[in-house]
Amino acid sequence: MAMTTYVQAINEALREEMERDPLTFVMGEDVVLSAFGATKGLVDRFGPERVRNTPIAEAGFVGAAVGAAMAGTRPICEVEFASFFYCAFDQVCNQAAKLRYMSGGQAKLPITFRCVYGAMGGAAAQHSETVYAQFLSVPGLKIVVPSSPSDVKGLLKSAIRDDNPVIVFEHGALGRQREEIPPGEHLVPLGKAAIKRPGDNITVIAIGAMVPKALRVAEKLAGENISVEVLDPRTLVPLDEEAILRSVEKTNRAIVVDEGHLRGGAASDIAAMIAEKGFDFLDGPVKRVTSLDVPIPFSPPLEKATIADEGRIEAAIREALGA
Amino acid sequence: MDIGKDLLLEMYRAMVRIRLFEGKVRDLATANEIPGFVHVSIGEEASAAGVCAALRKTDRITSTHRGHGHLIAKGGRLAEMMAEIYGKRTGYCKGKGGSMHIVDFNLGILGANGIVGAGLPIATGSALAAVIAKRDDVTVCFFGDGASNEGTFHESLNLAAIWKLPVVYVCENNGFGEFTPMQTVTSVKDIAVRAQAYGIPGYVVDGNDVLEVYRYASEAVARARAGEGPTLLECKTYRWEGHVVGEQAFLGSGAYRTEQEINEWKARCPLVRFQKFAAESGKIDAAELKRIEEETAAELDAAVKFARESPLPAPSEVAEDVYV
Repeated sequence: MAMTTYVQAINEALREEMERDPLTFVMGEDVVLSAFGATKGLVDRFGPERVRNTPIAEAGFVGAAVGAAMAGTRPICEVEFASFFYCAFDQVCNQAAKLRYMSGGQAKLPITFRCVYGAMGGAAAQHSETVYAQFLSVPGLKIVVPSSPSDVKGLLKSAIRDDNPVIVFEHGALGRQREEIPPGEHLVPLGKAAIKRPGDNITVIAIGAMVPKALRVAEKLAGENISVEVLDPRTLVPLDEEAILRSVEKTNRAIVVDEGHLRGGAASDIAAMIAEKGFDFLDGPVKRVTSLDVPIPFSPPLEKATIADEGRIEAAIREALGA
Repeated sequence: MDIGKDLLLEMYRAMVRIRLFEGKVRDLATANEIPGFVHVSIGEEASAAGVCAALRKTDRITSTHRGHGHLIAKGGRLAEMMAEIYGKRTGYCKGKGGSMHIVDFNLGILGANGIVGAGLPIATGSALAAVIAKRDDVTVCFFGDGASNEGTFHESLNLAAIWKLPVVYVCENNGFGEFTPMQTVTSVKDIAVRAQAYGIPGYVVDGNDVLEVYRYASEAVARARAGEGPTLLECKTYRWEGHVVGEQAFLGSGAYRTEQEINEWKARCPLVRFQKFAAESGKIDAAELKRIEEETAAELDAAVKFARESPLPAPSEVAEDVYV
């Protein structure tokens, strides 16, 4: 089986879904040329009508995706960097998220938003942020954070077929990660966590680009007979609470690892859920390993000091286990 | 352009339905019989009626916080509108939207919207959907002078222009953005000239003359349907009532405009103007207009009765329709 990169997997998902449904189309900044390669070549297959470069006008084109979805098509809208969503907050949070509810269920908003998030080395605060926490408390959106080529393909395909607005956060540093992807139709349902590595002593719930980091730490600690279970929620909304609680029930300890900030972040939300619903399973407090509560800095040593890394994941595991 | 009698009567009926419905809503809000913020468009009826008369049922519109008129002109049913404004489960949005958010997808009404300027990109996307789906429907975007200062106005016109989308932007310039005179916060006297910046046609229209509105709208809609791209129409009109019903309670009267100004515009009432046209043209009998007014009054009474007697939503319905 051939190895596929994360970016190629996105491309395959888009290609397959656009073949499947003529009402899907891609719009966004530089999607024809495709700076990162995710939409590369789509215009040759599907033509300029279904692969549309937009002006750099996020409020305008994100809002247009909302209108296009309401009027019966299935837009796949790329916002180049996740923090550019700030320019289109009204369109995502006041419009896409709410219009179904506010219309008493008349509106259907099958929009897939794609964006690159996260620190990838010297891009500074406006191009490195992990912004999904900002959307977690907006009911009406689904939030997807794929950590591997196989997941990004299967989750993106499910997102495109979903009749709700879904934001897929693709980590910029995962682009060249390679993996074998099952041949044929490969769908990963939204709302189903994955155990990326089974273990017995502690559950590490890792999100997005933190998953490969957590897996490397787990591999290292296995040499010391510390058995770490790595669970990837894959979607933050809906969140597979059952799978998380089942794992914690088995290991009795939990750490949540996220590249986002601590305050008001995804890790805090998941940790609170475990504390509230899984308190009886726990032998110790739920720990959170996140990036610091500062804007992501530019200079490499500062960026490194800010982002959650393998050293901090390992330290948190040792502290939790007294090892 | 010769406008047939049926269409003339249809436009008059739309204006009467708006006038009577909104007068009633204003009175009910003043009497605290309905909750929330209510914005009425009394005095501005001709733009909604004239534009929607140029549309097919399958064409779509987006509207604003001051949207009752647009919805009524596009065929909105008064009973379900009133029930929604009462917060009843029989309302258009099951009581989850209210006055500022009424939607009827079956009539191509993508919705009123509480955010100024929000409808502009939505309408633009709706027009894009027609292109993608290879349909020949047209989308009309109603918005106010205030929205023409929002970034979404400029981004939308540019997008529609580069993609030649089948959309007509209808700016109802009623002179005020909330309580601020339009000319004190807007760089141009005529919003229509902003079309030039995007290379599309823009026209100033007498927004109190339903026949003139209809003529301009028909041409713009035909252009859009033929794939020739967007048009900006600026309907000059005036809001007789306040920005929001009940504003005198916190502003007092005469806070930002004079009685004289209001009266000058009332003398240019779009309904009276149509009545004069009807009499002078000899095309329409006064009795026919009278019949429309009586029928509408009865329709409105029935709508209020329906709304009053409808059940409120049950608390258990609160989590329905967040997701598909």
